[in-house]
Amino acid sequence: MAKLLELKNVSKTFPGVKALQNVHLDLNEGEVLGLCGENGAGKSTLMKVLTGIYTPDPGAEIWLDGKQVEVKDVNHARDLGLSIIHQELNLVNDLTVAQNLFLGRPGSHKGGFINDRALEERAAELFDRYGMRIDPRARMGSLTVARQQMVEIARALSYDSRILVMDEPTAALTGVETERLFELIRDFVSPTTGLIYISHRMPEIAEITDRVSVLRDGEYVGTVVTDEVEMREIVSMMVGREVSAEARPRTKRLSDEVVLKVSNLSSKNLLHDINFEVREGEILGFAGLVGAGRTEVARCVFGADARTSGDIEVRGKRVRIHNAVDGVNAGIGYLSEDRKQYGLLLDQSISDNAAMATMEKFHTAGYIHDDKIEKIGKEYSKKLRVRTPSVAQLIRKLSGGNQQKVVIAKWLIRDSDVLIFDEPTRGIDVGAKEEIYELLDDLSRQGKAIVVISSELPEVLRVSHRIAVMANGRITGFLDNEEATQANIMELATVGKPVVEGAHS
Amino acid sequence: MSTTEETKTEVEHEAKKEGRSGSSFQQLLVLLALVAIYVFFMFAAPNFAQLGIAIDILSQSAYIGVMALGTTFIIATGGIDLSSGTGMSLMAVAAGIFLAAPPYWNLPLGAGLLLVLLVGALIGAINGANVAILGLPPFIATLAMMMAARGLALVISQTQTISIANPGYKNLVQGNLIPRFELGGSTIAIPNSVLIFILLAIVAAFLLNKTLLGRYALAIGSNEEATRLSGVNVRFWKMMVYIVGGLFVAIGAILYSGRFGFVQPSEGVGFELNVIAAAVIGGTSLSGGRANITGTVIGALIMQTLTKGLQMMGLRQEWQLVVTGVVVLIAVLIDIQRQRRANAA
Repeated sequence: MAKLLELKNVSKTFPGVKALQNVHLDLNEGEVLGLCGENGAGKSTLMKVLTGIYTPDPGAEIWLDGKQVEVKDVNHARDLGLSIIHQELNLVNDLTVAQNLFLGRPGSHKGGFINDRALEERAAELFDRYGMRIDPRARMGSLTVARQQMVEIARALSYDSRILVMDEPTAALTGVETERLFELIRDFVSPTTGLIYISHRMPEIAEITDRVSVLRDGEYVGTVVTDEVEMREIVSMMVGREVSAEARPRTKRLSDEVVLKVSNLSSKNLLHDINFEVREGEILGFAGLVGAGRTEVARCVFGADARTSGDIEVRGKRVRIHNAVDGVNAGIGYLSEDRKQYGLLLDQSISDNAAMATMEKFHTAGYIHDDKIEKIGKEYSKKLRVRTPSVAQLIRKLSGGNQQKVVIAKWLIRDSDVLIFDEPTRGIDVGAKEEIYELLDDLSRQGKAIVVISSELPEVLRVSHRIAVMANGRITGFLDNEEATQANIMELATVGKPVVEGAHS
Repeated sequence: MSTTEETKTEVEHEAKKEGRSGSSFQQLLVLLALVAIYVFFMFAAPNFAQLGIAIDILSQSAYIGVMALGTTFIIATGGIDLSSGTGMSLMAVAAGIFLAAPPYWNLPLGAGLLLVLLVGALIGAINGANVAILGLPPFIATLAMMMAARGLALVISQTQTISIANPGYKNLVQGNLIPRFELGGSTIAIPNSVLIFILLAIVAAFLLNKTLLGRYALAIGSNEEATRLSGVNVRFWKMMVYIVGGLFVAIGAILYSGRFGFVQPSEGVGFELNVIAAAVIGGTSLSGGRANITGTVIGALIMQTLTKGLQMMGLRQEWQLVVTGVVVLIAVLIDIQRQRRANAA
């Protein structure tokens, strides 16, 4: 019997990055296939190739029902019966449900004129057929995320999709909503259809899938039958190699003095009762899946976002932090994961960027001493080995690694006690990564208290003395570097929602 | 090896070329445009090629130019000020009320001028508060102010024309601090308004390039969030920028009303667009982060040169507007092209 879907030899190269390398994947009729892998393993890229968003490198083959096809674009994929529901929903909040369902769809208008009443009727029929209770006239933005997702599913189904891909569909759902989603999935799967389910959450994979395929670093690792393996085995397939002994921190914390202490931190939507301490010269890693709340912790501690409760102490003194100005004054520096958006002024020079958090030192009654700024810019460019012909160079023209060094310089010049690095090596190529790690080691030796948020487990293990693991807005455990492995971090990070919530209630 | 060397020197060169306040290349381009337009009229318009005409252009561009200096700071933050035109008429009316003979207040010159500046700062502070504290989009906040200021100007003047007979006031703007002199057979008189314009341009350039105000304005326009996360009090500095903008409008109002010696409350409508155009022609980016004062000054001069030249060619005023519109379009197009290339590199 021919497979419903077969992908052979799929590679995808982006400038400078090989995102997929000879990946294979197959889907049987009537089955739910789990697709697992760490962040950046290539799951989303593969699904984008399948649904016509990306064109694969030459040599890739896509077979549907035993016939080879070439997916030209998104519309063509849809005609072939391939639909995807992205993690980020593609909906227009200010239009109604019915308007969203038929947006851009052939036959939704007559010569440019739109009959909303007719669309609403068709939408209602559709929802009836799938047993969804959604008002077609409701404004999209007024629905909960779970209901919005149902609209997306209804839209995908209405194209008579035979193969449906769901990318992290439960990221924003509660436990009950997840159960409802699973019912919908079971209803969808029939002897002629199949579903590919992408998730990080092992309990969900165990519950809903028949088989699981694993990707790692853009390569195909293997496929297992869900009932025949322990979830732990899948996790170790995902992380693959154990990290070698060298890739561990080369420093120890300087003393037992607590520099940063955070207690009972909660935020409105996500964080729940976060407690941790960072000591002098210590690097505390924050591991967890995307959306677990690590960045939110950093932003709340620094003052960039509001918290609903929580005390912050710096060197034993309680500090009032209500905004970023307070955070900076309390001696905290935050290095965002998105340097370009939150960390740098792209059209300003290296030295201006480096001095940005410390301008009060560089002016007299408002008059700026550019000579001093240039001097300190040069000093730190040299210290941090920023590769540039001149400190007058615009940030835009530097590589990612060098840009990151300028952001580090900004907080070093400020002389912050606490440095929070959010994904310090994102967008930085392999060679420069090690340099950033060495810089972190240096900062640790200088006695800074450092928090490093990272989605890359080898990186967390390489730099952190201790590791806090988060899931669903809570810290699910602390691991000392000696006892930490990729596998036990992943286990803590993939604890399902009910477990996390149960453990605390 | 030689290629890497080449790129390196090229990069070094680029780095030097592009200063913090936009590229000097852009400034050069604008200056060349001014010269080209000027030379064109020297041949196309009879009697245009006289020093007196050049001084006329300078003094007539002074009030728009001065207001554009302040607006340059606001645009540098990524904001916009639509209230400069009617704000100017409100402040001019205020000047009339403070300084004109009874039934008006008939205040001493110094006190009157100070009060006008205060009104300017107040208007700026209201704009600033609406933008920085209440979080209104600058377009909306200053649009509201534009309407309110127009109404207020009519209300407080009771829609009457006010003539300011205060001799000191007229002298401040029209007098000649530099004595008249002979040059090439004609008498040259440089009105004080030109001196004030030049002086304020220097002050503005200093503020933009050498002080916290300018640095933070550009930083906010370049990336407000990154600036906030660097611990800069963004609200405070935005407030300051709008207050400075209001002060420049107040000085513009003094130059405008002093030129004619009387104030009409309904004038000034639409001036804000000339003010914005001057800054934009000069290479200040409407999306913020890039601004330069020299460009703004030249931008104001280009607009006035066009007006004067076309007028002397005998072209109807309506056509002058069309030509000015086309020039603004071309200036911005060139700038966008240049930026695209810069970002692609």
